[in-house]
Amino acid sequence: MTAADASARIRDRFGIDAVADGGLGVTLPSQRWEEFARFARDELGCRYFNWLSAVDWKDQGFEVLCRLENLEAPLVVTMRTRLGAGEARCPTLTGLYRGADWMERECYDMFGVVFEGHPDLRRILLSDDWEGHPLRKDYAVDTAFTPYR
Amino acid sequence: MPETQARQVVEVGYGGNERLMMNMGPQHPSSHGVFRMILTLEGETVVAVDAVIGYLHRCHEKLGETLTYVQYPSIASKTDYVAAMTAELAYVSAVEQVAKIEVPRRAQYLRVIVAELQRIASHCLWLGTWCMDMGGALGGGATVFLYCIREREMVLDRFEELTGARLLYGFHQVGGTRYDVPPGWDKKVRETVDVIEARLDEYEAMLDANAFFRVRTQGVGVISRELAQSVGVSGPLIRGSGIGYDLRRAEPYSSYGDFDFVVPVETEGDCYARYLVRMVEFRQSIRIVRQALDGLPQGPISSRPGVKSVGQVRVPKGEGYARVEGARGEVGCYLVSDGGPKPYRLKWRGASFSNLAVLPHIVPGHKVADVVAIMGSVDPVFGEVDR
Repeated sequence: MTAADASARIRDRFGIDAVADGGLGVTLPSQRWEEFARFARDELGCRYFNWLSAVDWKDQGFEVLCRLENLEAPLVVTMRTRLGAGEARCPTLTGLYRGADWMERECYDMFGVVFEGHPDLRRILLSDDWEGHPLRKDYAVDTAFTPYR
Repeated sequence: MPETQARQVVEVGYGGNERLMMNMGPQHPSSHGVFRMILTLEGETVVAVDAVIGYLHRCHEKLGETLTYVQYPSIASKTDYVAAMTAELAYVSAVEQVAKIEVPRRAQYLRVIVAELQRIASHCLWLGTWCMDMGGALGGGATVFLYCIREREMVLDRFEELTGARLLYGFHQVGGTRYDVPPGWDKKVRETVDVIEARLDEYEAMLDANAFFRVRTQGVGVISRELAQSVGVSGPLIRGSGIGYDLRRAEPYSSYGDFDFVVPVETEGDCYARYLVRMVEFRQSIRIVRQALDGLPQGPISSRPGVKSVGQVRVPKGEGYARVEGARGEVGCYLVSDGGPKPYRLKWRGASFSNLAVLPHIVPGHKVADVVAIMGSVDPVFGEVDR
């Protein structure tokens, strides 16, 4: 599976042109997020789950990214989706990749993106009673917190 | 209290089938950091693990957004403080990738030398602490630990001569390295790796034929090929599970393309396989260090002038993901720049975070005592897990 093959198959199936960014970059609507991941895993052989995270583009909403790899090919696919402004819901990939569990929890913890269908979506790095999501751009670095309890 | 009542209380007993929740950590000596596991036990067998992390969280990603490209590299070393050189390298590589900054060949070689020395030091710490965790069966427990720390000290001494620091170096900077080698340093490095190479034979003599060591590691904590990929583990863990994936070989960064080395692969996937992989890596790192010292080119160590102000490095708008093969696996930095003096977004892909995520999948079914052996074989550094 070369990058060109993969790119052609993505175009056939999803009608999207993959961008060459060192690997393949694919921007999807969030409705097709899980469908694409399943396609990447089963048909492009991207069984390696590398990481998942998000970028806060302020009034343009969140962008969720996920990097999947086919280690044998080698082929890297970076999936991206834009959640609309004020919207913070994205389908989960936990049914496909076990690594998505902690990565999505971290993303929820830091950005407040809710991964729908995640079996155990709670904070992972911050304490359960933490207020706010630190990596959002509107979260000030010097936000006060109660240090000891 | 009448005697009968007291007896009633005592006799509400343990029948053997109840499930027991046991808390392990956060200050457990085997975690080498702060890590809590809530174990659900049936008798002495673990049936479920809830891993609680975040005790060392400093929000490095937010810090990265508030510090300039000049300031952050020395903070990057605090993510994985046991292998600070590779964490710094991941960050500066990401900046160089987005800004398209060239790095002189001498700096590339120096980066490889320190990265490999760092791998040796980190593996020394892993082997020592792991053997100590597994305790008395290994010749008094602390024996291997003290030997390994002795060797690690020698590497730290070399780093101190090079950078002035023993743990958190600030050696890398955008465009090259900050320091050149002091006179006579290469000879000392050669002597150091010679000594360590001989001592590796001693470790193996102590461990390989040790029946207790074998029993505690063979068949324990098996990570299957499928599981390794699904979770996204990397480094010695994935190579112990039958996948010969090493970034130094898969996409040679810096100057790794110039060197001759072997990527060890084991197929068993257990603790012993991971031990075998790391023992080969020790020797391969020594090989690379020698080759890099032999071929160290002359020339500048940085393509940029020395640091005079904090906003000196400007990165055009763009994004990139750079990754390096650290001692624990893939250490990566995803960087988004909006053209300012600070990153718009910085994402750390910590090897330890993804590696530790495999624990809840491999620990159930083992005895409590094996939890320690399995965790040691994963070699997590909690600074990198929690970031």
